[in-house]
Amino acid sequence: MKNLVFLVAAYMAVWAGVFSYLAYVAGQQRRLVRRLSRLEERLKEKDMVEEVT
Amino acid sequence: MDNGFKDRALPVVVGLLFLSALYAIFFYAPTERVMGIVQKVFYVHLSMAFTAFLSFFIAFVSGILYLTRKDIKWDVYGSSSVEIGVVFISLTLLSGMLWARPIWNTWWTWDPRLTTALILWFIYVSYLILRTSVEQEERRAAYCAVLAIAGFVDVPIVFMSARIWRTIHPVVIRSDSIDIEPSMILTLMITLTAFLSLWFLLFKLKTSVALTCKRIRFLENKIEGGD
Repeated sequence: MKNLVFLVAAYMAVWAGVFSYLAYVAGQQRRLVRRLSRLEERLKEKDMVEEVT
Repeated sequence: MDNGFKDRALPVVVGLLFLSALYAIFFYAPTERVMGIVQKVFYVHLSMAFTAFLSFFIAFVSGILYLTRKDIKWDVYGSSSVEIGVVFISLTLLSGMLWARPIWNTWWTWDPRLTTALILWFIYVSYLILRTSVEQEERRAAYCAVLAIAGFVDVPIVFMSARIWRTIHPVVIRSDSIDIEPSMILTLMITLTAFLSLWFLLFKLKTSVALTCKRIRFLENKIEGGD
């Protein structure tokens, strides 16, 4: 069990890195989808106003 | 099968593969006689290195396809691949250092394998920096495609470095054999499959982010243009 600390450190570093990146990309995607739906709504409203006028 | 189901199923499959890999690493594969328990870093270290090489290969192919076809989707695939590759090569270097400290008694040595891998890291980090510094889309895509193609030259050098030069880095995979126990090979294969499935999940997410960004820019231009 000598060197266990290095094994634990290596696995913690790997999982921390992988999960942080996964969370970063998933968060980025959620933010962009929200922004996209807001823009689509804005565009729809604009088109409706143009149709009326 | 509908897309919603596939989107939900993929993370579950990746999770299950990682659970299997961890079980195989800690309960199935034997502990190596000389290095002891710390050798178990090997399974994730090698799998991540292979996954990084795959990423850079995809970027290399995407670069060629972008330059020949001028279709921006190849730039999206290439840049997504490089970003994921940089994450994996960084973690490969980090896990390697944590493995080297107890075995070689040093965190880092300027060994050919380590040095060429560090050069590879610098090449693709500079690719990501280049992406943020060129404004015009087509020009950025062309520069990055060239860098992805040129940078890929280092991948076979990293792979062959331990075979060509004198090195303290072990060579496990040879042209005619794999120098480890069959149970260790099986564990390595399961871990590699888990990392490849994770790569696919990340690639899907990252390309989807890039395509959503493009759609947003298109709609913003449309709204601003109409105002």
